[in-house]
Order: sequence, then C-alpha cells, then structure tokens
Amino acid sequence: MIELVSAERCIQCNLCVKVCPTNVFDKTEGGVPVIKRQEDCQTCFICEAYCPVDALYVSPFTDEAVQVDEEELAAKGILGSWRETIGWGPGRQKLAALDQTPFIDRILPPRPVRAAGISDVKVQTS
Amino acid sequence: MGIEKAAVKLDTDVLIIGGGPAGAWAAWSAASHGARTVLVDKGYLGTSGATAPGGTNFLYVPPNQEKREQAVEDRLEGGGYLSEAPWIHRLMEQAYQNIELLEQWGYRFPLDGNGNLFKAHLQGPEYMQIMRKVVLKAGVRILDQCPAQELLTDEHGVGGARGINRLDGNVWEVRANAVVIATGGCAFLSKGLGCNVQTGDGLLMAAELGADLSGMEFSRQYATTAAFGTITRNRMLGWATFYDEEGHVLHEGGPRESDFMAKQLLKGPVYAVLNHADTEEKRRILRLSTPVWFLPFDRAGIDPFTQRFPLTMRYEGTIRGTGGLRLVGHDCSTTVAGLFAAGDAASREKTAGARSGGGAYNASWAIASGTWSGKGAADYALAQGKEARVRQLRLAGAYGLERNAQSAETIDTKAIVEQVQREVFPLDINYFRSEPVLEASLKRLHSLWPAVKGSVPKTIQGRVRARETAAMVATARWMYTAALARKETRGMHGLREYPELNPALSHRLLLSGIEHIAIRPEQVPSRTYDVIPPVIVKEAARL
Ligand SMILES: Cc1cc2nc3c(=O)[nH]c(=O)nc-3n(C[C@H](O)[C@H](O)[C@H](O)COP(=O)(O)OP(=O)(O)OC[C@H]3O[C@@H](n4cnc5c(N)ncnc54)[C@H](O)[C@@H]3O)c2cc1C
Ligand code: SF4
Ligand code: SF4
Repeated sequence: MIELVSAERCIQCNLCVKVCPTNVFDKTEGGVPVIKRQEDCQTCFICEAYCPVDALYVSPFTDEAVQVDEEELAAKGILGSWRETIGWGPGRQKLAALDQTPFIDRILPPRPVRAAGISDVKVQTS
Repeated sequence: MGIEKAAVKLDTDVLIIGGGPAGAWAAWSAASHGARTVLVDKGYLGTSGATAPGGTNFLYVPPNQEKREQAVEDRLEGGGYLSEAPWIHRLMEQAYQNIELLEQWGYRFPLDGNGNLFKAHLQGPEYMQIMRKVVLKAGVRILDQCPAQELLTDEHGVGGARGINRLDGNVWEVRANAVVIATGGCAFLSKGLGCNVQTGDGLLMAAELGADLSGMEFSRQYATTAAFGTITRNRMLGWATFYDEEGHVLHEGGPRESDFMAKQLLKGPVYAVLNHADTEEKRRILRLSTPVWFLPFDRAGIDPFTQRFPLTMRYEGTIRGTGGLRLVGHDCSTTVAGLFAAGDAASREKTAGARSGGGAYNASWAIASGTWSGKGAADYALAQGKEARVRQLRLAGAYGLERNAQSAETIDTKAIVEQVQREVFPLDINYFRSEPVLEASLKRLHSLWPAVKGSVPKTIQGRVRARETAAMVATARWMYTAALARKETRGMHGLREYPELNPALSHRLLLSGIEHIAIRPEQVPSRTYDVIPPVIVKEAARL
C-alpha cells in the first residue's frame, strides 16, 4: 500500500492524484497531496513510476499498513527505484528494450512441459 | 430524488467507456474512421486496468498459412470447441497488423538470441503510455477519473452515458449515437495487479439496456501471488520448489499439475523458493523479464531465490475468464442498437472459447476487438440521420443509484462487497465447483440483491462504490447461474458431479436479465473457411 508522500521532495504537480487508478490521493489547497483512502490502494506501484521527483513510496504489503522512515528509504536508494527499473526519467533506457522474456523458456528447469491447463507456463510465440 | 443536472455536457459521435488497451484501440480506431470520439475512464488511460501496471504476453503469429492453421486447430480444441475459426484467423491478422503499428509508434521490442525482434510480450506502463499519446494524437477527447455510471437511451438504442468525476464530484454527460463498452472484466476487488478498477460496471450498464451475456461460467481463473503482495505473474513459479508448513517438499521445479496450488492451499499454507534459477544468468533473465514480480520481494527484504515465501491465490473473476457481453456482429455489436463491446468486457468465446489461460489470447483480443468495435461504432454513428443531442434520451441505470433508491436504508457497500467476496473467492466454492455448494452460494447471492436498491452514500466515492457493488452482485449471480447450467467439464469450467466434457453441450450459454436471469443455449456456427477481413486503418496516427 502507498505509505509516503514526501513533503520535502514533492513539487505539487498532482500527477499522482491524476493517474492513481483507484483514487487514493486528494489534492490539497496549496500543499502536497494527501493519502486519503489508503485502504483503496491496489499496490500497483504506478504512482511511483509517474512521480517526477521520486516522492512516493508504495510498500510491498498489500493488506496491512506499515510504518516507514523516509530517511532510511532515501538512504537505501528505494525512493524512485521502480521508476529507475522501468527506465523512466531523463537519460534512462526503457525497460521494453531490455525485456528478457525472449530467453525465459531456454532456462526452464529440465522437465517435460505438461502445459495444458497451467496458466503462464508457456509463452505463445510464433 | 429528481434527475441531477450534469455540470459537464459533451456531444460526440462515439463514446468509449474504459481506457485499458481495448478502449484505447477502440478510440483510436473510431477517430481514425472519421468519428468525433470521447473516451472516459474510471482511472486514467495509461495506468488503469489489468495490463497497465505489469505486462502481457500476446498472440503473435506472422502471416504464415500453415502456422496460423495450426494455431486455429490448437485453439479450437483448447477452447473446448466454442470458438470459431474465421474469428481466430482474423484475430491473428489484426493483432499482427496493429503490433506493427505499435512499433512504428515507438514501442521497442527486445532482440532474441538470434538478433531478431522478439514480439510476444508487452511491458504495460510503456505500452499504455504510447497508446495514450496515439489516442490523443488521433483527436480523441479523454476524460480521466470519470467513471461512467449509466447509459442513456431512447427507443432507437443507446445514446451516450452519464457518470461522475471522482476528483471534483461533478456529474458529466456525453451524448453519442454509438457507445463502446470497454470496461474490462470483473475481479471483485481481489487486489490482483491492476484489477481493482474492474468491477463489472459495463456488464451491468449494458444489461440494463437489455444486452445479453455469454460464457459467464468460464470464470474460474486464480493467480498465485506471494501472500503479502499483489503481483500475479505465475510464470516465475516455474523455477520454484514448493513446501508445506513443516518444510516437506510438495513439488520440485517446473510445471505443476493444473490443480496443484489450489489443492495444496486447501490443505494448508504453501511456501515457495525459486531455487531452480540457480545461476546469476538465470536470475538476471527472470528479473529483467518480469521486474514487477521482484519489486515487492526486494522491498520486503526477501530474496525469493534463496528464501521461502508464503503463497496465496487471488481470484481474477472474469478477467482471465472468457465471459462477457454477447457479440452478434463482426463489428463487435451487441443486441442493443449502437452498443458495442470490446476487450474483457465482451465475451471472448468466439476466439478463445472456454479457456483463455494466461497465454496471450486476451491481450490480442483487446487489440483486435478494440479496433473492430471502434470502426463499427464510427460507421454506425456516422450513418445516423440525427445527432444524439436532439434525441429524447433518458437515463437507463436502475441499481445502486440514488435516483432509483427503493428504500431509505443506505447501501452498506463494505458489508455487501465482503459478502460477495465470501461467495466468489473461496477455492472450495468457486475453484472446485460442485452443484450443491454453488446452489447454496447462488441463493445467498440472490438474497443480497435487494440490498443494492437502497439509498446511496452521499460521498463521491460512496456513489461510485454503490454502483460498483450492484455490478459485482449482478456479475456473481450471472457467473453462478451459468456455472450451474453447464452440467459438464469444459475449458476452465468444471463441476464435480460432471467431470467429463459432454458433446451434447457444445453450445454457448446466453444469459439475459438482471432481476430474473433467463438462460438459453446458442449453437456455435459449424466450421467454415470463410475469411473475415481485418480492419485496415489508413489514417493511422503517426507520432
Ligand atoms: C494477472 C494477470 C495476468 C495477465 N496476463 C495476461 C497475458 O499474459 N496475456 C494476455 O493475453 N492477457 C493477460 N491478462 C489479461 C489482460 O490483462 C486483459 O485481457 C486486458 O488488460 C484487457 O484489456 P481491457 O482494455 O479489456 O481491460 P482493462 O485493461 O482491464 O481495462 C479496463 C478499463 O476500464 C476502466 N473502467 C472500468 N469501469 C469503468 C467505468 N465504469 N467507467 C469508465 N471506465 C471504466 C478501467 O479503469 C480500465 O482502465 C492478464 C490479466 C491478469 C489479471
Ligand atoms: S506526483 Fe510526486 S511531485 Fe507530483 S504531486 Fe504527487 S508526490 Fe508530489
Ligand atoms: S500504488 Fe497504485 S493504487 Fe496505490 S496509490 Fe499508487 S497508483 Fe494508486
């Protein structure tokens, strides 16, 4: 769930308010957005990808709120790490071009593939 | 309560409801065919829906007659003989053509080991960001954060929709002679990645106008996730060893029997560790194929390659099922004049049949059906003599709306949603289906129905959720009504009492009605070698 809007980093662009699919944030008068409906957060990490200044933190825990420490997150390089991974932001290489899905079947554990009825086991390729 | 005034009123030719891939392709197609087009999304075109936050494998078969014939044969069988060869052929051709466009628009596919472009997987955030640009460039007006709540209608069919802006609470109304429902499936707020915006709203809106549903029994898909998280990409578990609570090995590496996870989870907790990705190289490939899967582990401080983590199964409802609004024409028209459906909101039986699995049919269907419905809607709207704004339109919504409240009692959305979830989430009701259990569950669901006719909470979110709640109760009732009527095992549906496929039941099941649900069979057309041409978009927007 979303746990942090860093008041220090936020430039109040309200992009997170605009893009959150489940309407978790509210704008405020002349201030940083607030996490208004945390329980509606679907833990999709998308707001982090859109925030231009890495001011947001989505915790991996979907069903429980946790305490987070901004300084620690920043020190460990976690703030903004998802945006970096997908290659958004100036001067970064987009993830699509780095996608390693082409190689994934080659490294499957050696076992007969009995794929019928098992979702996601086999990529449909040409 | 009287009819509220709409603060925002727009007039257009085509209205697209939903901005996932299906809605985006539909909007682009409609606008490219000369129709003034408005798209409304509950969330935001680019981030919302089942594709945007993660990614999908898609069906991509280059034009090679032999390969395509083979793919069709495989699918006819895999889909339990409910799909149609000409539709599958057209799906492959349309997806092929549109993927070429996507590349021209700037999507960069990776290279495989032989230096060829590998086109089988799309990274969601990237893909949908490009689609947003393309849709805007085509001249479409987008209203984000604007869930549609009900359709407009008169005796000639659909005439637009009305909804609410979640950010300012303003009511909006868009009048249009053609409407495409692209609201996705219904996952009952199960928190699977990107799934909490899909609550079946489009199904309910269309059914209120008399549209039929089809294939609602094919709704038994769950996805395995780390118990604490939302990331539902089962593929990674192909490298896992599974353990029970005491640490006994349940399964070692590689594909599992299809019921493995569900059976084990009914017995007790299941843990996994990806110890078959046993080299740095393998770990790197897995990480870079599906980075979103690793994100929660990294943040939780768990190394999934060496440390055990608990698993759960999250229900996906109709999203990776195949049921939805029944399509009657090649242009994805429904039985209601001017009303079209695309993507997960539509029945995908014509191409996928009785099973979609994770294997790529749905993503390509969203691309193709979006393109077809967009053109269908544009052609229909532009052929009408009268613009929608001069029609005498009325609001068609009936449930979960304050205007129609039949009692003063406020709908307790939280409680009702939890009750619906208690009927559709449990593996021993919905995964291992059996007649007596489903019958009892359906009875409880029916008894919940009157509650959605109550008064609606006053807040913006309360208004949205009340309507979603009605849609979820309706969808669950449709699902189990159809599941009980299909007394056999076919595709993803099965009943314990009828473990075999029954050739006498090689038809689809159509549902109609909300208050009272009627069910009737529809024969699948016999095999033909007809060719349905794809939609060629000449005016393709260039970035
Ligand atoms: C875990 C998982 C893995 C998957 N993997 C694959 C795969 O590998 N291959 C594959 O082919 N498919 C896969 N799928 C399925 C694929 O994601 C969907 O088929 C695809 O996203 C459907 O596109 P859509 O546009 O119809 O719906 P969605 O992408 O779900 O979009 C629906 C849109 O409608 C909007 N909306 C909803 N209600 C309203 C309303 N009332 N008013 C306005 N807008 C509304 C939502 O905000 C959303 O933007 C997967 C799905 C899941 C859940
Ligand atoms: S997107 Fe980031 S910078 Fe913009 S308002 Fe939200 S938190 Fe602040
Ligand atoms: S993680 Fe997703 S649902 Fe949660 S606040 Fe961010 S964008 Fe919204």
